[in-house]
Amino acid sequence: MLGEGILKGLAETARNFFGSYWGKERLTTVQFPEERLPQAEAARVFPFLVYDTDDWEKGLRCVACKICEVECPPKCISIEKSTEKKPDYVGKPQFFPAIFDIDVSVCMSCQICVEVCPFEAIKMDTVFELSTDDRFGGLHWDKERLAKPNSYYHKIHPTESAAVDADLAEKKAKAEAAHSAAAAKAAATAATAARTGSVEMGAQEKEAKAHS
Amino acid sequence: MTQGLDQIFVTFQHWAVAHSPAILQRAVSIVLPVVGLLILFPSLFAITTVLERKGLARMQNRYGPNRVGPYGWLQPLADAVKSLTKEDIVPRKADKLVHFLAPVLLVTVVFLEYAVVPVGRNMVLADMDSGVLFFFAAGAATEMSVFMAGWSSRNKYSLLGAMRAVAQMISYEAPLILSSIAVVMAAGSLSTVTIVERQAGYSGIWPHWYVLTPWGLAGFVLFTIAMTAESNRSPFDLPEGESEIIAGYFTEYSGFKFALFFLGEYLEMFAVSGMAVTLFLGGWAAPFSFLTWIPSWIWFMGKVMALIAGFIWVRGTLPRLRMDQLMNFAWKFMLPMTLMVIFSAGLWRFLPSGVARWLICAAPIALLYVVLGRVLQSERKIEKRVYRYAE
Repeated sequence: MLGEGILKGLAETARNFFGSYWGKERLTTVQFPEERLPQAEAARVFPFLVYDTDDWEKGLRCVACKICEVECPPKCISIEKSTEKKPDYVGKPQFFPAIFDIDVSVCMSCQICVEVCPFEAIKMDTVFELSTDDRFGGLHWDKERLAKPNSYYHKIHPTESAAVDADLAEKKAKAEAAHSAAAAKAAATAATAARTGSVEMGAQEKEAKAHS
Repeated sequence: MTQGLDQIFVTFQHWAVAHSPAILQRAVSIVLPVVGLLILFPSLFAITTVLERKGLARMQNRYGPNRVGPYGWLQPLADAVKSLTKEDIVPRKADKLVHFLAPVLLVTVVFLEYAVVPVGRNMVLADMDSGVLFFFAAGAATEMSVFMAGWSSRNKYSLLGAMRAVAQMISYEAPLILSSIAVVMAAGSLSTVTIVERQAGYSGIWPHWYVLTPWGLAGFVLFTIAMTAESNRSPFDLPEGESEIIAGYFTEYSGFKFALFFLGEYLEMFAVSGMAVTLFLGGWAAPFSFLTWIPSWIWFMGKVMALIAGFIWVRGTLPRLRMDQLMNFAWKFMLPMTLMVIFSAGLWRFLPSGVARWLICAAPIALLYVVLGRVLQSERKIEKRVYRYAE
């Protein structure tokens, strides 16, 4: 019958219209600024620099190796190496970034800097409301603004950060074991050297006596 | 009391005329109701845009505009400010004068249509003897402004859109006018005021609306379909089919001129809705005899708003037609149906009243509907193509 489909369609839209007032589950829209959906754990937006202790400046894991700067596809990272060194998490003296800037407007959230970093120093943040009315300074983040504590990293990516921490702890333990082994070895060699040194000393004395 | 409320605007007009200087009295009595309509219908347009967006959103299980003001009710204000502050761009090669005149003419002509629509008892700007004729004549002039817009823009899309629009509007004007002829026949008058007065009586509690007769019902449905096409509303909004011709004839319009086109389209919609109410739904008459205490202008506006809600409902339901479907529908379905409606109205005039009259008058319309439906639907059967030589 002509017009049957139109009537069916009208009934369908009417059901939707009244149903949307009746049952809230029909309305899937999330009223964004007031309501927010929880973010996925693997969400990534913009990188940040991890620091370990309470002092962001001394605790930065970054050693200014510049690998991320080189690998960054849109070249949004700029690093300047420090002149002096400071000890890193295993106690080894390392350089640190005197300047570490990332341009928010250039970054494309590819996570390559995170993948290439050998020191687990740069990670992806989940904060996405980065718009600002300051076109230049507001979009050019320095290391103070980029630095966030490890506890924050644990909060936004619990699984990933736990794995990273375990890995770092293992490395540190290995480094400490190696260090103590090296120390023991050094001590042993020093002892042997002392012994052989006294023997040589005796020989010298003999030579000296022969000369005289 | 009810009488006073019913005639409150008329009384106010008389009061204002009586209290103005003698030399201005004639001018005041003419200008005052015009100003009233000029305020009423554009503000109705503002409300309707919000209602439409909210209604459509609910049909699609969304919230719709809810940011500006409480529940988004101040949205039209924001839209108005936006369209006023937009840059008005005229194409370099456009015919600048015609390009400017087209939206102005559209709105002017559409406002002319309101002159003969009775908004309430004793509330009509011009009670012409040929009111219906005047209404359709003014309505036909909107086609000219549409074509002016399309032609002067010097843009292929605009021109194509305008040609589509003119083809569509002329095609649907035939069923629009023919379906109203049945009413004119029954009422024996072209005056809108007389047509409403003929429908204002009651048998028991039931009104004498023409929509309650078989030919009136069919005529009303045909009239609403034709007026949907006439005011370029979905599903007949081919002139502005975004997927093919951007925005049709107002592709090259921006800022306030675009807003004027938008206003003109909605005012046209209100005007034809008002005409449909006047012709078929008893104008300002109450639907039951015990509801006559409610002022007549409330009934008129209520009926118009109900028709607008129907427009929005249809827009939320139906997809846009194809051009050939549009033309087939106009000439192969609407036109025969309206002719049968006129025939049925003639039968109605000469048969004695009763249930038998109702059935006899309904039979030819129903029969034609079924036959046309079968014929038109069976016409296009796409079979698998056979390649005789390629295989």
